[in-house]
Amino acid sequence: MPKNTVIPFGPQHPVLPEPIHLDLELQDEKVVRAIPSIGYVHRGLEKLVEKRDFQQYVFVAERVCGICSFGHGWGYSKAVEKLMNIEVPKRALYLRTIWHELSRIHSHLLWLGLAADAMGFESLFMQSWHLREIVLDLFEQTTGGRVIFSVCKVGGVRRDLDAEQVKLFKKNLKMLRQELDSIVPAFLNDSTVASRLKDVGVLSEAEAHAFGCVGPVARASGLLEDYRLSQEDAGVYLELGFKPVLEKSGDCYARVAVRLKELFQSLDIIERALDNLPEGEIFVRPMGFPSAGECFARMEQPRGEAIYYVKGNGTKNLERFKLRTPTNANIPALLHMLQGCDLADVPNLVLTIDPCISCTER
Amino acid sequence: MSYLTFAKEMLKNLFSSPATTQYPLQPKEFAKGVRGKVLNDIDNCIFCGMCQRNCPADAIVVDRTKRTWTINPFSCVQCQLCVDNCPKKCLHMEEHYTEPALEKADVVMEGKPLPPPAEPKA
Repeated sequence: MPKNTVIPFGPQHPVLPEPIHLDLELQDEKVVRAIPSIGYVHRGLEKLVEKRDFQQYVFVAERVCGICSFGHGWGYSKAVEKLMNIEVPKRALYLRTIWHELSRIHSHLLWLGLAADAMGFESLFMQSWHLREIVLDLFEQTTGGRVIFSVCKVGGVRRDLDAEQVKLFKKNLKMLRQELDSIVPAFLNDSTVASRLKDVGVLSEAEAHAFGCVGPVARASGLLEDYRLSQEDAGVYLELGFKPVLEKSGDCYARVAVRLKELFQSLDIIERALDNLPEGEIFVRPMGFPSAGECFARMEQPRGEAIYYVKGNGTKNLERFKLRTPTNANIPALLHMLQGCDLADVPNLVLTIDPCISCTER
Repeated sequence: MSYLTFAKEMLKNLFSSPATTQYPLQPKEFAKGVRGKVLNDIDNCIFCGMCQRNCPADAIVVDRTKRTWTINPFSCVQCQLCVDNCPKKCLHMEEHYTEPALEKADVVMEGKPLPPPAEPKA
């Protein structure tokens, strides 16, 4: 019986943009067990809700993550709006949807670049991040910020799109769609890429359900988990003809394919939303302070479903804010996938759940 | 499945101009409405302190008695709440970002001293 070796993976590792530590227990080249530890970037953002008033806290909530920042601002606003019984104007919901889907494109392109880097495909990494630059420029031109947008607010949004910006949006999205066509075959049809991804880290539908997976990880295993299908937000996504992307095989290749297809789907949603942008107000002023009580809100972030909990006490400050991020829900499945895989596949596997550790630790 | 799926893109990139700009030599063009840094037209400021009360990062300090308006540009999070809440509209956002500095120093602006109160007529 060979003796097990323990190899530390992270918190500093070339494939990891953020610190997570895994103790990999190995038998020869095979991983027998992985023990995670997090807690390297805890910032205590949830506690700040007691110090900032409910409208100021949107800017703190946005800073939970540098990639899905718009979604976190929206998720927090949604929870407070529910608590205060505010009905957000339709135009504001459409604008939020447009910026949120643009964040999803940003997040997936960034992730595809990192995945290519983990496989050792440097030029594909650079090309993915080059395309992401188009998205960041679009954000800068329409919201005023590249990474932190500060346009979401409890009660609506702070900026509107004029006809010129809508035109700019459409032009850039068309360009992005053409450029995306050049990187898709490199991910999906390349033999070298397929040899690194196919049949690696297979997660069945039943396992994905048992581990409580969310987002693209669940959808790559054939599990239909997408909060955009809900009737909430007046069913904006359903109005825009949203259909979730599903893959069956549950391996790393399927997780890449789901994200690639979601890029095109997000482009479709934004284009349809721009065409059908309703007229009207973009903001309703909240009256008074959040009432005493508690509320839940859920959001489909680029990485999966996030849950927001707020508790008010009738003052301008909330009493408690709690956020469950998608990475938190996907780590148990990752540990299961790591069991029995080769040491060389560990970086790929860790990346395919798209870990966002700063989100997880808040 | 095929090989060299990315060769066309690689060749195209090899002979096309760089995607990046030579930053300090070639200045960045900012789009209209970019939130860069907060500036105060101090002559119109009435030192009401609305900006200080609304700032989520506690970057602004207003002293009514000394008539000074202080901002720490490195604490500022560019949320634009101060500009939106300014009753005199003397605050605005410049499109250029805060320049790098050797220390995180405050920017202090002093208003003109108030004219002496008129003497009561007898």
